[in-house]
Amino acid sequence: MDWIALFLSLRLAGWTVAILLPVSVLAGRWLAYRQFRGKGLVEAVVMLPLVLPPTVFGFYLLLAFGRNSPIGAFWQVTFGHQLVFTFEGLLVASVIFNLSFAIQPAQRGFEAIPVEVREAASCSGMSPMRSLWRVELPLAWPGVLTAMVLTFAHTLGEFGIILMMGGSIPGETKTIAIAIYDRVQGFDMAGAGIMSATLVAISLFTIAATYMLSARVGRRLS
Amino acid sequence: MALEVMARAQAPIPLEASFRAAPGELLALVGHSGSGKTTLLRTIAGLWRPEAARVAVDGEVWLDTAAGVNLPPHRRHVGVVFQNYALFPHMTAAQNVIAAMDRGVRNARAEAERLLALVNLPGLADRKPAQLSGGQQQRVAVARALARRPQALLLDEPFSAVDRATRERLYDEIVALRAHLKMPVVLVTHDVNEAQLLADRMAVIEKGCVVREGSTAEVMADPDALRAMGIREIAAMLPAIIVEHGDDGLTRLDAAAGPLILPAVDGLPGTRVRVRIMAHDVILARSRPEGLSAQNILAGKVAGIVPGTGPGVIVHVRVGDEEILARITRRAADQLRLQPGDAVHAIVKSMSVARDHVAFAPVRSKAAQ
Repeated sequence: MDWIALFLSLRLAGWTVAILLPVSVLAGRWLAYRQFRGKGLVEAVVMLPLVLPPTVFGFYLLLAFGRNSPIGAFWQVTFGHQLVFTFEGLLVASVIFNLSFAIQPAQRGFEAIPVEVREAASCSGMSPMRSLWRVELPLAWPGVLTAMVLTFAHTLGEFGIILMMGGSIPGETKTIAIAIYDRVQGFDMAGAGIMSATLVAISLFTIAATYMLSARVGRRLS
Repeated sequence: MALEVMARAQAPIPLEASFRAAPGELLALVGHSGSGKTTLLRTIAGLWRPEAARVAVDGEVWLDTAAGVNLPPHRRHVGVVFQNYALFPHMTAAQNVIAAMDRGVRNARAEAERLLALVNLPGLADRKPAQLSGGQQQRVAVARALARRPQALLLDEPFSAVDRATRERLYDEIVALRAHLKMPVVLVTHDVNEAQLLADRMAVIEKGCVVREGSTAEVMADPDALRAMGIREIAAMLPAIIVEHGDDGLTRLDAAAGPLILPAVDGLPGTRVRVRIMAHDVILARSRPEGLSAQNILAGKVAGIVPGTGPGVIVHVRVGDEEILARITRRAADQLRLQPGDAVHAIVKSMSVARDHVAFAPVRSKAAQ
């Protein structure tokens, strides 16, 4: 059992969720309420990671983050090391790659709030911030929660992008999915089996817990 | 200390309207759906900004496009009752009401219970909206709107989502509630009966324009004003007091012009009510007719005859201190040679007065204002 790889995966998933939670709420809410020219294009871009093969995505990220790219060069100058082959690089890739998982369900959650309920909040003297806290989030919460669980579970299971971003440095970029692949390559089927089963258990637990929680939230609302 | 509204717009619907409502006054904006009345209400609330508009309350400017003033809804002290109430579904009735209070309010829970009692909803404070009937939800919505301590109360078709029996009860409750309200109230409705029962003043809205604004009695007697809503809506309100309920399902009332027999009216003997008498249900006779099935014969004097553009005329008949309207053909008026000052008898069939054409009279008398 490669505990370092498992811990790295959980850390990556946790940070991805932490960064994407506010993005999910703000971008989901914005896309749900606003009508503007080019909204379809924005939504398509958000959906893109869902349809692209992770290797394609990873390839472009590698180009964008490499030492010769402006972003990569900036990172090198600012932090003294390059962005690819590091945890930070993985995290940036993971955040970008999970945008669709983080935004879409939240957007649907906010879209389900009747316009009049939002207007009523406003006419009841609530500022936009207060309305978000007291009315919109309590109603859109199941959508946001789904978004975060999908993001978490999806990050745990991501393989292609991490492989492309150089995921073989233990404790830095070697996640559990990569470790399992390595074990299989090294004919350590028992080790791969234990790690695979652990990943299944964690993912199953996360998703089941969410379903039960959102069912309870649903009962509270009705 | 009044609500003043002016709005002009080309799109999405043309608007060219201005009106005002005095404190404590209920102004009804009456019009068909799509006439722009709800857009006007949304303009007052800050949910819509026309190209050119001005909204001021108590001298405080909420919106003035010319001066670049436009307060967002949450900075306007406005209470809104939405058509479908738009209660917060995750909050109880009391929490809904508290949510609309300013944060500094002390004993918010007690205040919420006071407001819920005021709208006749005691004991249900801890129910969620989904556990309340339509009529109860409407009461919570009114309590929530009042919790804001609004400088103007806006009601957007607040009775359209409940059944007829509930609506009649809610009319009476709104009439009773008004004794406690000091702010201007604007009611948007497509129901002329509702407007006549509840409003002090009416503004008839057609294609975004105010075609007629005036006291409810004036507007409801004006064929030109009511052309858009249907000339058959012309009616007068006759104040009366319930005397007794008969065993045969009829209620005897006392009106200024004499007794009135109507199908069962809710309310204990002694209750003051207002009865809507439709002009087209009134027959006029020169002499007191006999051998007639109609139960109500009110003696009065012709106060005026208003011709319309069609074959009919509206005859104003003074009965006691009140006036009722009769819509008869011009030919009949000529045959009777009716002139102002002539004595006539107005005949009203009991059964022509619908149950929802009777409302409690406001507790507050004009003299007390």
